[in-house]
Amino acid sequence: MKNFLFTSIGKKFAMAISAIFLMIFLLQHFLINITSVFSPDIFNMLSHFMGTNPLVQFALQPILIFGVIFHFIMGFYLEIQNRSATKYEYHKEKGGANSTWMSRNMIWSGLVILSFLVLHFIDFWIPEMNYKYVEFLPDDPNRYYHELVEKFEMPWRVIFYCVSFVLLAMHLLHGFSSALKSMGTNKSYASSIKTFSYIYSIGVPLGFCFIAIFHHLTH
Amino acid sequence: MSKKKLTYSLNYRKPKSEYNDSDELMICIRYYHRCDKTQKTKVIKKSTGIKCKLQDWNSDWHKTSLRSPIKDSDPNYKKKNKILKDKVKTFNLDDLFSTVKNDSFSSYLNSKLPIGPLDKKWTNHKNTIDLVSPANKRNIDVIVVGTGLAGGSACATLAELGYNVKAFCFQDSPRRAHSIAAQGGINAAKNYQGDGDSTYRLFYDTVKGGDYRSREENVYRLAEVSANIIDQCVAQGVPFARDYGGLLDNRSFGGVLVSRTFYAKGQTGQQLLLGAYSAMNRQIARGKIQMFNRHEMLDVVIVDGKARGIITRNLVNGKVERHSAHAVVLATGGYGNVFYLSTNAMGSNVTAAWKAHKRGAYFANPCFTQIHPTCIPVSGDHQSKLTLMSESLRNDGRIWVPKNVEDVDKIRNGTIKPTEINEENRDYFLERRYPAFGNLVPRDVASRAAKERCDAGFGVNKTGEAVYLDFASAITRYGKEQALVTGKDDSNDEIIQTLGKEIIKKKYGNLFQMYEKIVDQNPYETPMMIYPAVHYTMGGVWVDYNLMTTVPGLYAIGEANFSDHGANRLGASALMQGLADGYFVLPYTIGDYLSDDISTGPIANDTEEFLAAETEAKQKLEFFVNNKGSKSVDYFHKKLGKIMWNKCGMARNKKDLESAISEISKLRKEFWREVKVPGDKNEFNEELAKAGRVADFLELGELFAKDALEREESCGGHFREEYQTKEGEATRKKEFQFVSAWEYVGEPKNAILHKEKLEYQNIEVKERSYK
Amino acid sequence: MKLKLKIWRQKNSETRGSIVEYEINNISPDMSFLEMLDVLNAELILKDEDPVSFDHDCREGICGSCSLFINGQAHGPDRRITTCQLHMRKFKDGDTIFIEPFRAKAFPVIKDLVVDRSAFDRIQHSGGYISVNTSGNTQDANSIPINKDDADDAFDAATCIGCGACVATCKNSSAMLFVGAKVSQYSLLPQGQTEASRRVINMVNQMDLEGFGNCSNTGACEVECPKGISLDNIARMNRELMKASIKK
Repeated sequence: MKNFLFTSIGKKFAMAISAIFLMIFLLQHFLINITSVFSPDIFNMLSHFMGTNPLVQFALQPILIFGVIFHFIMGFYLEIQNRSATKYEYHKEKGGANSTWMSRNMIWSGLVILSFLVLHFIDFWIPEMNYKYVEFLPDDPNRYYHELVEKFEMPWRVIFYCVSFVLLAMHLLHGFSSALKSMGTNKSYASSIKTFSYIYSIGVPLGFCFIAIFHHLTH
Repeated sequence: MSKKKLTYSLNYRKPKSEYNDSDELMICIRYYHRCDKTQKTKVIKKSTGIKCKLQDWNSDWHKTSLRSPIKDSDPNYKKKNKILKDKVKTFNLDDLFSTVKNDSFSSYLNSKLPIGPLDKKWTNHKNTIDLVSPANKRNIDVIVVGTGLAGGSACATLAELGYNVKAFCFQDSPRRAHSIAAQGGINAAKNYQGDGDSTYRLFYDTVKGGDYRSREENVYRLAEVSANIIDQCVAQGVPFARDYGGLLDNRSFGGVLVSRTFYAKGQTGQQLLLGAYSAMNRQIARGKIQMFNRHEMLDVVIVDGKARGIITRNLVNGKVERHSAHAVVLATGGYGNVFYLSTNAMGSNVTAAWKAHKRGAYFANPCFTQIHPTCIPVSGDHQSKLTLMSESLRNDGRIWVPKNVEDVDKIRNGTIKPTEINEENRDYFLERRYPAFGNLVPRDVASRAAKERCDAGFGVNKTGEAVYLDFASAITRYGKEQALVTGKDDSNDEIIQTLGKEIIKKKYGNLFQMYEKIVDQNPYETPMMIYPAVHYTMGGVWVDYNLMTTVPGLYAIGEANFSDHGANRLGASALMQGLADGYFVLPYTIGDYLSDDISTGPIANDTEEFLAAETEAKQKLEFFVNNKGSKSVDYFHKKLGKIMWNKCGMARNKKDLESAISEISKLRKEFWREVKVPGDKNEFNEELAKAGRVADFLELGELFAKDALEREESCGGHFREEYQTKEGEATRKKEFQFVSAWEYVGEPKNAILHKEKLEYQNIEVKERSYK
Repeated sequence: MKLKLKIWRQKNSETRGSIVEYEINNISPDMSFLEMLDVLNAELILKDEDPVSFDHDCREGICGSCSLFINGQAHGPDRRITTCQLHMRKFKDGDTIFIEPFRAKAFPVIKDLVVDRSAFDRIQHSGGYISVNTSGNTQDANSIPINKDDADDAFDAATCIGCGACVATCKNSSAMLFVGAKVSQYSLLPQGQTEASRRVINMVNQMDLEGFGNCSNTGACEVECPKGISLDNIARMNRELMKASIKK
């Protein structure tokens, strides 16, 4: 098994596992966030639970952070390896004739998502960490909704979020089925995977966009 | 090799004792020709025009210092002796051979057939030949040139047995050998379909299909091992077509009345070759096969009368190398490219076989060439290669031309489409001429019939060299069947057409797609156009029952040898023969020879013979790159091809063959004067490789024409216009029931004929009829 | 037809190559692409120039020798064919055509458009076979019935001609389609089961050693493959490797 992870297929497998984990996380993140549109109270409640539950905070959160970092580092590593395998450039190359733009440019959509994540961390995660573990401010179960809404007042941020989500959608559109292929899914599931992949990859980022625009317009 | 010697002799026309001393006799120059192998001497005499009395003849002339045959008792002895000596000095051997009569040949060849009843011969033989022990096999090297079905399978099996194999191919990988292009299938007497097939029936069909010009014992052995081939290939993971029960499927092929052809869609050759290649890979990984890709064989090296190695050129860097071994196996395929346009691969060549011929291996039946009826017609002068459409298409396609010449004209200038010609105005000429076999007659018969129609002016494309292969009725037939099975409306034409096309697509989809890509016409809608093209050569290096050539230690297998197909090969038999030779015959028979070599030790590759052969090869390369000619290699190859196709093609006659011989001879002289090869010899240089190959084709072509000229009969792929029945069928002749094996002595047209008598004890020689 | 050709010329593996431009006239639309190059070469030879070297042999799309990257696509603009089956009617009069060798670190250029694909051979040596000796006594071919669907899938995988278009077209120069097809063929057949684990592990290791890139499932290989080998074969290989690694 150890040897497996060092083969090209093993590395892709690891990449796929981290991707699946991140996608599950993304889905739950989305499900919590979307409640903010309907009910600030439920949103606050769920956010408070996530922000204070020790299992989430001290077990899942480190795993998540590791997953994110692993996915990015592995992505860069594989990209470098792939580039060295190609080594020579064609003078003329029609990539579009045989594959989608998103499948060929995962590194670029990934980089945009990375920069988005940096902003996202600056916006939410760092203040949150600062609030809880640096300044030890008092526990306020109702602060989350306001913090969310405030951020979406600035139009540039909403636009940047939306652009990032579009790229995320593209990243997912290829990434979702690619991850499953890397894990060796049988072709008999191919069509259901495809349908699910479309729903997920377009639905989730679109939903995030909706949340951002909704709060921008309603507040 | 032959030894040559010139002497004087008197031309006695009756026993010596019946002459008087004063009788005058003609003095001849005698040429002694001795075969090392048979130790028989053949004498050829040529009159000098000088006569002398018996009493003046000095029979011990060769012991005297002056070596003058006429004693001084003859008044003109000085003058006469001088003329005789001048004649010897200026004596031209080539002239001598040209006077040799057709029926003069030096010996009957011994093909070392085992004794016993036909069906026990192979078993008996295997039980009695010498074996090499496993421990000794480790010390024996075998060179295999060519890695197609025959070569690849031989390499793998020899290595499995424990020999050290050195394998050579000119392609970049053994997997690219031209066996890969075989489409239709492989025959085997498995009788899985229960239609009465048996080893004997396969044997019978093959001998009959070959027009009684193949060796009975070899063919029977081939039929015997055919079933093993299928077992072996399935065990290797070759994905043959299967039915829904999971069992192997069969189809029927031209010239037979049973279904015994195993297939893998239209890619059977590919799958079998990849099977042999995988078996090779296993041995390469074990280190038992040393693989030399992109290496071309330039010569065979003979040491003390035995084949002990080869000279090769590394095609990547141009290095000429010497390789030694205890035996050399040629598996280098056929020589169809002598016609320039053929279905052979661009690189397929005769060089290895021809070099072996020049070093003493006899070349058998060079004129037996198979012209395959279903190829895509030539589209123009630029054409570099012809594409075959599998014979399996004839299972469902019907071949026709218009009945009326007016329709032909209209088709050619595009005013009507073939589909617009009514049934009654179509001439389904194969069904008309051969009602029993119809479109499934053997290849030679189908090809000639198509040529006959086109020569009569019924060809359906611009060049007038094409006939239709029509699937319309098959589509309707399958469509109706399918409509019934699936419960759809079988009176609706549209439904029937769609369903029928689906079935045809399943069966021949890849071939139809290939046709469409090349011709740019949709064969589902309009009939295909086909025309015969050179496809396979039944002739090749002469081998005995052990597959050994006339040079000890030199073997030839697969298409490179001549043995199993006679004058015409049946469909799906080439793959069978290649694999039979490589997997099941050669690996055992070669032991008989190698058992004498167990204590020989490694063969040195720096002996005089190796160095001489290497120098010769290098000089030739040197010549090519330095020759200041004005014409490219292809120019000569195309010209040769034209001569061959026009004069030694589907129908031959004395006049054309004679002119072909002189034209080729002239072209060859021009080639050596005018050929231009760019680039250097120490680099990747395809033109240089081609030059060497075409040089050999130019010699082979001449022998080909000579063989065709001397075979004064029609049989199988060899059709002489002079020898045909009133209906245009071939006339076979009893006195030509032999294999012509040619010995090289210089100019190919002077080659010496040896014969192998063909006797049929287990099969009745009949008029081959497919009516 | 009149065409402008931009062809990669490289003397040998040590020297650097470059694109050289040629003009060519009188090309018939019925010519195959390689016949067009033959015409060019005939002209070059008569002008005392070095003809363009390219790999080719059977010229009917099955040997896998031909290997050109034409106008940005492996085997040119048409689908499901090799270069030798490409015809000039796919181009227009006056077109400029780029002709380059298949590019990958694992496929070094030998000369001009000829590349060394022996890496594929070495992958096959490492396990692309079923270990069975030749003998007249292997079991009868029909004693192992094989489900038709599996047999058909195995056949489809086995139609790979080893041309290397998958590698050439892959942005990562990955050989997964080639290796996946071979692994699949044997893993679908009962005969191949005994050695399945060893085979997939060895072949993947050799593939990595040869310096091919990783698969990112863009699917370009499947589209450009002249024989239409399916991407599913890669997924199957991934599965096989996982299974084999767990067993080990």
